[in-house]
Amino acid sequence: MSAPNSSFDPKQVSALGEDAVNQMVAAALVDIAGAADLAALKEVRLAHAGDRSPLALANREIGALPPAAKVEVGKRVGEARARIKDALTSREEVLQRQRDEEVLVAEAVDVTVPTTRRSLGGRHPLTTLMEAMADVFIAMGYSVAEGPELEAEWVNFDALNVPADHPARTMQDTFYVTSQDSGAVLRTQTSPIQIRAMLSRELPIHVVAPGRVYRTDELDATHTPVFHQIEGLAVDEGLTMADLKGTLDHLAEQMFGAGIVTRLRPSYFPFTEPSAEVDLECFVCRGESVGNPERPCRTCGSEGWIEWGGCGMVNPRVLRSVGIDADVYSGFAFGMGIERTLMFRNGVTDMHDMVEGDLRFTRAFGVEA
Amino acid sequence: MLISASWLRELTGVDASGRDIAARLIAAGLEVEGVHVVGEGLTGALVVGRVLEIEELTEFKKPIRFCQVEVGAENGEGSTGVRGIICGARNFNVGDLVAVALPGTVLPGGFQIASRETYGRLSDGMICSEREMGLGDDHDGILVLTPDSANPGDDVRPILGIGDQVLDIAVTPDRGYALSARGIAREVAIAYGVAFVDPVDLAPDLPAPSARAVPVECGSDDFSACDLFTLSTVLGFDPSARTPQWMRNRLRDCGMRSVSLAVDITNYVLLELGQPLHAFDVDRLQGAVIAGRPAEGELFTTLDHVERALVADDLVIRDDRGAIGLAGVMGGLDAEISDTTTNIALESAHFSETVIARSSRRYRLSSEASRRFERGVDRTLAPYAAARAMALLLELGGGEYVGMTAVEAPMTETVIEIDADLPARVAGMSIDSQRSIELLRAVGCVVTEVANAGNSLRVVPPTWRPDLTDPADLVEEVLRLIGYENLPSTLPVAPAGTGLTTSQRIRRRVGTTLAHHGFVEVLTYPFVGPEDLRQLRIPDSDPRRAMPELANPLSDEAPWMRSALLFTLLPAARRNIGRGHSSVQIFELGSVFLGEVSNNAIPSMGVDQRPTAEQWSALESALPHQPLHCAGVLAGEIENSSWWGAGRVSDWSDAVEAAREIAEVCGVELCARNGNDPMFHPGRCAELFINDAVGEPIVIGYAGELHPTVSEDFGLPTRSCAFEVDLDQIIAAAPAVRPAPVFSTHPVAKEDLALVVDASVEAAAVEQALREGAGPLLESIRLFDVYTGPQVGEGKKSLAFALRLRANDRTLSAEETAAVRQAAIAAAEAACGATLR
Repeated sequence: MSAPNSSFDPKQVSALGEDAVNQMVAAALVDIAGAADLAALKEVRLAHAGDRSPLALANREIGALPPAAKVEVGKRVGEARARIKDALTSREEVLQRQRDEEVLVAEAVDVTVPTTRRSLGGRHPLTTLMEAMADVFIAMGYSVAEGPELEAEWVNFDALNVPADHPARTMQDTFYVTSQDSGAVLRTQTSPIQIRAMLSRELPIHVVAPGRVYRTDELDATHTPVFHQIEGLAVDEGLTMADLKGTLDHLAEQMFGAGIVTRLRPSYFPFTEPSAEVDLECFVCRGESVGNPERPCRTCGSEGWIEWGGCGMVNPRVLRSVGIDADVYSGFAFGMGIERTLMFRNGVTDMHDMVEGDLRFTRAFGVEA
Repeated sequence: MLISASWLRELTGVDASGRDIAARLIAAGLEVEGVHVVGEGLTGALVVGRVLEIEELTEFKKPIRFCQVEVGAENGEGSTGVRGIICGARNFNVGDLVAVALPGTVLPGGFQIASRETYGRLSDGMICSEREMGLGDDHDGILVLTPDSANPGDDVRPILGIGDQVLDIAVTPDRGYALSARGIAREVAIAYGVAFVDPVDLAPDLPAPSARAVPVECGSDDFSACDLFTLSTVLGFDPSARTPQWMRNRLRDCGMRSVSLAVDITNYVLLELGQPLHAFDVDRLQGAVIAGRPAEGELFTTLDHVERALVADDLVIRDDRGAIGLAGVMGGLDAEISDTTTNIALESAHFSETVIARSSRRYRLSSEASRRFERGVDRTLAPYAAARAMALLLELGGGEYVGMTAVEAPMTETVIEIDADLPARVAGMSIDSQRSIELLRAVGCVVTEVANAGNSLRVVPPTWRPDLTDPADLVEEVLRLIGYENLPSTLPVAPAGTGLTTSQRIRRRVGTTLAHHGFVEVLTYPFVGPEDLRQLRIPDSDPRRAMPELANPLSDEAPWMRSALLFTLLPAARRNIGRGHSSVQIFELGSVFLGEVSNNAIPSMGVDQRPTAEQWSALESALPHQPLHCAGVLAGEIENSSWWGAGRVSDWSDAVEAAREIAEVCGVELCARNGNDPMFHPGRCAELFINDAVGEPIVIGYAGELHPTVSEDFGLPTRSCAFEVDLDQIIAAAPAVRPAPVFSTHPVAKEDLALVVDASVEAAAVEQALREGAGPLLESIRLFDVYTGPQVGEGKKSLAFALRLRANDRTLSAEETAAVRQAAIAAAEAACGATLR
């Protein structure tokens, strides 16, 4: 490629001279520093460190030099080439880093675009609320008891001290299966699970029973023929109505927060005696809407209290029907409507939303109501 | 029970507002659902007017009257105060007293009265109907006051009881006595701590019977159904006598309409004392009036003009000609008093609670009388109430009292023995036994301390409290009067618990897992009907058609309880699509109901002792099987389209996968094979099964693409998919404890195989053969491609599997790997006719 070596070429001497080499190095360093990107640096590398660069050409001349000069010139050219190579390397590193950063900038995206490839699902808030209420009792050592929705009339009524011709049977509008004489009904309450629990478990008994129940009400904003309750039952020696009150206070506080006020109001349920309704002080108006037409309260209907559920001491007649000695054991029981609880707690205003299965309703609750 | 506060104040002497009384009654256990004000919203002048002249205006579409009404000197023109008033009603005459709203008066509902030109006259006020004054629904005409009961210009309000407060009390079935002013007043007196004067203790002002005639005889053929029967006779009653306004007001406040004086008096005494009464026309009776059982099938026409075939279990009132009343429920047409009746026989009796309840239920007849009898009427009340009614009849309608006939069975007294400290033990607080005794006496009990019996009390409940039968009933009386608000609140400690059962835990996780996969839980009504099943293509022979049927469904179109969740889940999917959701992914966890329930299927048992094991198991086995199922529907896109590209429409495999994930939550391997369920696409339906302990498959559900006509009939997107599994079966197969895996850290050897088989061969079968052929060195196998096309020929398909081989103790040699591969291929060839591609 290069011309034949001629030891008498005067240029060769000047090319290997100290000034000439320094000039080559200086020119290379200027070009290297000036290379704006890796492509330009590649050109510069070719020009100043390639096979045909001035220093490479000069290097070939060394062999023709007298031995004494060889060492000195060889050293000078070698050092010059090393300087250029170092400069190239460090510049390349700079340019590579610069290029990498530019790639990252160029790869930037708009992170505000939607990311929902799959729509979210959800569990029904009635389900998760029942679980949450049951968990309050699990933590107190209770178990969750169960029973069938299509239930024997004996379990749903007779054993609970609701005799066949007693008007209490018509307190709850019952769905009869096949006929009124089949002995089978859709359970009108979760209370038959009390009977099942007392027949199948060892004393003492502490159970809760969330479940679906049925009454022949037409669906409207506050009624539904298919709804949910949670039943509680404790049977032990020496249980009192004060124990019932304390248990309900604890549940109310867990569900509605500290400071919730409860009230027991005398009422009638055939399976408890004494019986009571459990009311909650309206946590919207705190009772201030009562007799105050200027500030009506929609949540409690300006009554100041919200009916939450029923409760009482297990009627000794019920204990007798399952063979528990009422002289030794006493018990308390309670039942709350889950729908009502969800309405108060989460502000659901229309029963239709809970039963129609609209995706928008349930999705809003995710997996925890 | 509706009752005015003024009546309660009169009976108790308690001077308190209706709202205050309501609050005390609520605390004592009477559920006051509301308090309303009579004529609420009425302001301004409402005065008595006397009609002086009536000018009939006939030129209008309907007849109109222009009346000159005297309204008092200060309220109108001239010395007597006369106003001209237009009126559209016609039920009044010159001389009648009416209620006049003067201009400036505002009637309930914000209706302002003003002088105005109408029908060509100046109408200077308004003559009011009951409804216009907010007193009731009566709008047949204007309200005409009792003649001579007031003077023109008098304030109408006190006359009509406007401004009084009415309590609406929901009486629980145990408290029949509270269906009377007497019973509620007693509670008011106790609540305010005042002595109560029982109206029954005030002897009515009844003259001695006249000897000129004899009263109608009465009797009871069945003392178990009617243990007290009285019949009082009055002759020469004036049927045109008017009911006084005060009585009308009270009836109105209690929600009853005025009918005639005689009927109004029976109703008034019913409301006052709680004793149902029935008036017969003596001239339409023949012979004695007897309570007794009818002949089976005897025909009887009740007051509502319905002819009913009676059963021998009913109780009727009859005379010589036959039934004249369905005892305690409803009278008959034949012997009823009319607006010309002058001779009246008044029945006042005591009937058995259950007999009346059964008849009332049998004929779906609920009357004021039956509501009281089935809750229990005071056993001793009948003669008092009869005397009270007779006295009112004589006082207000004249006539001659000729006496009362009566029959009565001996009365048995209820006696309850109770420990004096039982109320304290039940309450969990100390209650002085003297306090308990005091409170029991306040409700009417006779309490004696039993000598030499420790702390025991002998309690005889009052005759009006048949609900008090057990010590617990007395405890409730004591505690409710002490006030539940005074009970302490203590939290009992239960023994250490065991937490949720495996099944309960799994159910929660299944729900959460499906939710995390995009499914939204719905809770559908489990009612289905024939049209649903037709749309779902369920054939008549399908076992799922055997469902429990409701005797009284909400809708005749949905009388059955579902035997599959999809029956009610697909309509929920349809509703969502109808509401504009383009894609739907829903699931339900719920019971299904398998099999029909025959009549008299479940034997009744007593309640005096625990059922025997045989009785209980008979009851359990008579109930239909109600397993817990889990089902889902996938319709439309399962993955959304957006800037990343097109979305993905769900397909049959998503449905199968969802079912598999449910099984995975339970630690159970779910297998699929081609199935055939009429709801599904016949070529895209997986029958899902698990293997039992001995390797026998148990079918637990279906998954796949819905049949095109099902999707279409339910308005779902084409190729919508669904699954349903029996969750109870999967849970039953769930291992109690999952064993830890053992795995090798030696290098893996990977082998890919493409096998050609007939198109009809199931991939699962080929995979199974490969597994068996490869033996224990096979770590995993995965189908990664399915190909059909010209390269494999018509009727064939190519299945590509990735095999991972690994030994526990060594690195596999090439020879070992090749041998496994060959063995696997050979097995697939033998089992499925597979050839290496």
